Amino acid sequence: MRIGVVTFPGSLDDGDALRAVRLSAGEAVPLWHGEPDVRDVDAVVLPGGFAYGDYLRCGAIARFAPIMESVIDAARGGMPVLGICNGFQVLCEAHLLPGALVRNDRRKFVCRDQRLRIENARTLWTSSYTAGQEIVVPVKNGEGGYVADEPTLDRLEAERRVVARYAGENPNGSYRDIAGVVNERGNVVGLMPHPEHAVDELTGPSTDGLGFFTSVLESVVGA
Amino acid sequence: MPRVVVDVMLKPEILDPQGKAVHGALERLGFDGISAVRQGKRFEIELDGKEASDAVAEIEEAASTLLANPVIEDFDVRVEP
Repeated sequence: MRIGVVTFPGSLDDGDALRAVRLSAGEAVPLWHGEPDVRDVDAVVLPGGFAYGDYLRCGAIARFAPIMESVIDAARGGMPVLGICNGFQVLCEAHLLPGALVRNDRRKFVCRDQRLRIENARTLWTSSYTAGQEIVVPVKNGEGGYVADEPTLDRLEAERRVVARYAGENPNGSYRDIAGVVNERGNVVGLMPHPEHAVDELTGPSTDGLGFFTSVLESVVGA
Repeated sequence: MPRVVVDVMLKPEILDPQGKAVHGALERLGFDGISAVRQGKRFEIELDGKEASDAVAEIEEAASTLLANPVIEDFDVRVEP
């Protein structure tokens, strides 16, 4: 299975995302933001970083990068898409996911190992986990506060579209401790913490992050 | 040259940590009597020949597409005299 990772000018975590794909036995395909389409990949990861310098708003300019038209079409067609951190911001700006990410309520950039509770293990990106499972992966963001209006939050809860929640201390003021959400169809996931940094005991706090990448491999192979 | 100004502000219900930080700094500097500060963005858009009043609808579309994120922000478009 070929999983593309898009590099924007200012992406930081594309290398780790590519490596996480390889460690999960997927074929990692580097994609460049200026390419006209996602070629023949089976899934796409939008990595963390500061695409286009996060000018205007985080993800606001990246969302209009040449490759994004193809990513948005593919996502609407059911292709698995995972946005991590800055990638989550891009997916919200592209209106593929509801809500938005705003500056941390504590006004500080937060970088630490974070406990997360997987709330929905039925998405294409979380099927390797079990609902209620706690994992530890790094979180590192300055604008990671997830916000949406109350009716949207209620709908996300009712439709079980909160994918992961912060367990323990909420690092950024995200409403209802939301760390990740999924679209209605279940193929597009946005996650503020970084599973791609928790794939190797040598460099991460755990290997708990691998599950996101093995999930999509299993779900597409099994489909 | 005709100019259109777009002001973008976070919606009132969205927390504005930057505005709070500015408010805190103002208080420390002795500027009292300020109950709240909210920080926004101002865009000054120069028009190429077109009459500003004709361009307003287009700039409004530009504002809702790119300059502001309607999920968290409100915007105001006006022609600068």
